[in-house]
Parts: sequence; structure tokens; C-alpha cells
Amino acid sequence: MVVRIGNGCGFWGDNLDAPVLLARDGRLDFLTLEYLAELTMSILALQKQRDPQAGYATDFLDVLQRLAPTLRDQPNLKVITNAGGMNPADCAAKARAILDKEGLQTRKIATVAGDDLLPRLDALLAGGETLQNLDTGAPLATVRNRVVSANAYLGARPIADALVRGASIVITGRVADASLTVAPAMQSFGWKWDDWDRLCTASVAGHIIECGAQATGGLWCNWKDEPDLANVGYPIAEIDAGGSFTISKPPSTGGAVNFETVSEQLLYEVGDPAAYLTPDVIADFTSVKMTQAGRDVVRIDGARGKPATGTYKVSIAYRDGFMASGTLVLLGPDAVAKAQLCGQMILQRLERAGVKPERSNVEILGAGAVVPGVIAAPTEPPEVVLRVSVHDARKAAVERFSKEFAPLVTSGTPGVTGYTTGRPPVREVFAYWPALIAKELVQAEVHVES
Amino acid sequence: MSEAFIPLSTIAHGRSGDKGNHANIAVIAYTAAGFAWLREHLTAEAVSQYFAPLGPSKVVRYEAANLLAVNFMLYDVLAGGASRSLRIDTQGKTLALALLRIRVATPPDVDRMRRGAR
Repeated sequence: MVVRIGNGCGFWGDNLDAPVLLARDGRLDFLTLEYLAELTMSILALQKQRDPQAGYATDFLDVLQRLAPTLRDQPNLKVITNAGGMNPADCAAKARAILDKEGLQTRKIATVAGDDLLPRLDALLAGGETLQNLDTGAPLATVRNRVVSANAYLGARPIADALVRGASIVITGRVADASLTVAPAMQSFGWKWDDWDRLCTASVAGHIIECGAQATGGLWCNWKDEPDLANVGYPIAEIDAGGSFTISKPPSTGGAVNFETVSEQLLYEVGDPAAYLTPDVIADFTSVKMTQAGRDVVRIDGARGKPATGTYKVSIAYRDGFMASGTLVLLGPDAVAKAQLCGQMILQRLERAGVKPERSNVEILGAGAVVPGVIAAPTEPPEVVLRVSVHDARKAAVERFSKEFAPLVTSGTPGVTGYTTGRPPVREVFAYWPALIAKELVQAEVHVES
Repeated sequence: MSEAFIPLSTIAHGRSGDKGNHANIAVIAYTAAGFAWLREHLTAEAVSQYFAPLGPSKVVRYEAANLLAVNFMLYDVLAGGASRSLRIDTQGKTLALALLRIRVATPPDVDRMRRGAR
């Protein structure tokens, strides 16, 4: 017996056709869809504040609509997604309406919640939890009045419970990305929740596929070897009962699956590869053996895990002022010098208007600004992009900044162009506050339609 | 006649990503000989010095011999990270390519380290 799990979405904004093509051609048992980056929850939290029925990844409903014919063709295909964000219940209600309209009334939807700590935050702090910043050690009390969201990363178990109870579609709030894959593996094979090696196997599989095409040729250093990246196939983990798995992609798709693409992704966003912490297990990525098992098939076995920690990671976001970034294009000669002058003009005029932003940055893209001071700049590029950014607690200050780009079109240096998209948008900044919380203080809530 | 210096990309590939205000850079050798070279020469100190203009507070190196890889954590290197950095590359996506451009003294056995070498 094997279980085939494919991930058709690596983040909110990923290709809308990918999940449909993967489900159609991937012979999947489970389709996972991942929507929540570190700061997505803060945006969803504010949406929910404005509209109590909002606060989930709306792209998912579009994808579900597109998936309907495939779901009719494949009655056993199950979908697991964290698209619920801050509001799994209303996301599920909208999904229910789509399924009913498409003749899929018998498919049960489940939600997993309990990750949202915001309503309990003051009680937790009063109870002695400090939720101190993992990086700085500062207690959360220092920014408490600015917090907009606080979510624990739940693990695989509540998702697996929902599957056991007959759910075809599982919509969660914040769960660890890899847990979307761990849950169906654990449920399918009936593995024990203290079988750390099996949990590690599934977590490695989940980590490799959670960013979608990044495992199958996206971002691959040897992209020149690669056929047809436009039609890149999304990744499939085929897990077997013995605790090994393969990574592959649907036939006749672009991209590549090989030692290079998979090892690049296995180490993506990893600190100590011998101790990758998830809610489910401490995964040892240095324990796995990787072999090329065929064209675009990589086999992975030998995964060894250690007991999970007693804490969940908590992702907290708090209000931190406002930002804007604008760009102009400068054609040479002297493109770099002209861009420097125009950038200074913007900040000077801002100061003349009585606005000195707390932070500002002038970048000259095309002249070594992407990794500033590290990559040597070409002496005279034919053209550059000037990018100026500011950050300030005062919204009005950043708004005034956004109005200083257009004047350069007539008062700047010759060669200014590219002012076509209007004033740069002013956006609110939500700073990131990582913390830990004891697992016993968080109760996952699973709801399955009857 | 071989060159005196080569870019690191001759013997390795990699990928970088973010964790809050920190970044990781995985550097993966093409061959076992290349991995042995990485272990000896691509130290945390060398990487810290190379990225000094970005101001990392600390650089830690880990090894994954099964992947022929060394993995670096660069702390506080993203000028605020995804949420509040004013840089174009808020998430350190390009740091791996930047590191693979570092020029290193050509190892005597470089031909055993190139992609596809045995």
C-alpha cells in the first residue's frame, strides 16, 4: 500500500491552475494546498475585524470551483488546506455552497481551529505566560496593545482526526505546513503518534512538497538544464507503509525532480538540519538517504525522528507603523549618479516639508543593490531602477512621501521614466513576534459535518 | 592551464530563505571531494566576512553530510525581514546566489569537484 499526496499550492498567490492539473494527472489520494506565510494571518485578522465573515484565503474558493469536475471524477480524492486562516468556519460555509452547487453534496467538510490565541491573550498573560520573543527575549507585554494576531502552529493530529471521522475536505487555521502532509500519512497507515521515525518520514516529505514547484525545478540553480518550466509539474510524495517515500511529479510536465532540486528544497528555510522542529516531531534531515530512482523520481528513506517538544510555536503580529516603496527608471549616461541625485531629492523635499521618516532606504537596482555591498556594481550600467522606501509610525508622513515621486518626472534629471503606476501604495506594517507556548494550553477544535 | 580562482558555483549549488529577520543559506557540493573542500574552507567566519556589509550579528554553520551540504544561519541579516525590511530582497532569496559567486582559490583537485565529476 502507498499513499500519494500532492501539494498544488505553495503560498497565497501561487498559480491557480496548478492544483487542478496536479489533481487531474497526479493519481492522488490527497491534495494539499498551503496558503499561509508568516505574516498572512495578520492581514486576515484585520479583514475579519472589518467583516466578521472574512479572514480566510479567498483564492481557495476559486481553486475549489475549478477542482469540482476532478472531484466528481475522483470520489476518493481528499483535499487538505490551511486556507481557513483566521476564519475556517466561514471558509467552510462558502466551500459547502460550491460543493452543493457542483453536485458534491455527499463530500463532508471538516474544520480545524483552536490555533487563534488572540481572544485568550490577556488571560494567558495574566496566567503567567510571557510569550517572550524567541529572538530578543522581550516579554509580549511590551507590545501587547499593538497585537493584531497570535496563532499557535498546530500539528497533524486534529487533521488526522477529521479524516478518521470521514472528512473529504479539511480546512484549517494555522497549522505547521508539513503537518498538512503528515496527517494523511499517519491516518492512512495507522501509525502511532509516538512513532518518531514515521513522523519524521512524513515531515520530511511534507517539508519537501510544501512550497510546491520549489521541489520540482522552481528556483533550481541549474535551471538551464530544465525543460519547460512554464509547465512545471507540482510535487507528489508517494509514501509507503515501510516508512520511505518518493518525490515525483505528474507525467508529461515540465521541471525536474533530481538530487539537486530535492536537496535544495530539503534545506530551504532550515536552521539546524539535524533538529528541524515541528509540532509533530523533531526531524533529523541528516538521517535521510536520497537516491535517484528513475527519471524525475527521487527515493528517500532512513528518516529518524526524536520526540516532539512540549511547546507549539506561536506567530504573533503587531502594528509597527507604515511603509511605502516607489520606483523610477533612469536611462544613462550617468544613470547611477542621476538615480542617486533623484533619490536624495525625494528625501530632501520630504525634509523640507517637515517630514523626516524614521527609516529610509535608497536602492539603485542594476548597480549592485540587491545584495548591497556584497556584489560589485558594474561601473556604468545603461539604465537603472531607483527604488526609495520609508518607514514611519505616522501614516501622514508616509503618504506625503508617496507624493514625491511624480514631481521628478519634470524636475529631476534627464532620463527619468517609468512613472506609470501612480503613487506608491502606503501599507501598514505588521512586525513579526515569534514565541512558544506549552502544548497543554492550546486545544485544537475539530468540527466535521454530520 | 587552470584559473587561479573560481566561483564557488563551480563546485556547489544552493538555496536561501528567511526565518523572521534571519536567513539560511544551504550550499550543496556536487561531489564528495567538493563537500570535503566546503567543510574545510567555507567556514562560518568566511561567510560572516563576505556578508559583513549586511551586518549579520552571528553566523552558525551546520553540516548535512548525507546531502553533501553545509548550511549557514545568518542572524539579523535581513534589515527587518519580510514584514519591515526596506530592501528589495526582504526575504534573503538571493543570498545563496550571492554566496555562490564568492571567488575561491582553485582547489588542486577541482576536476573531481565539478558537476558530473566522479
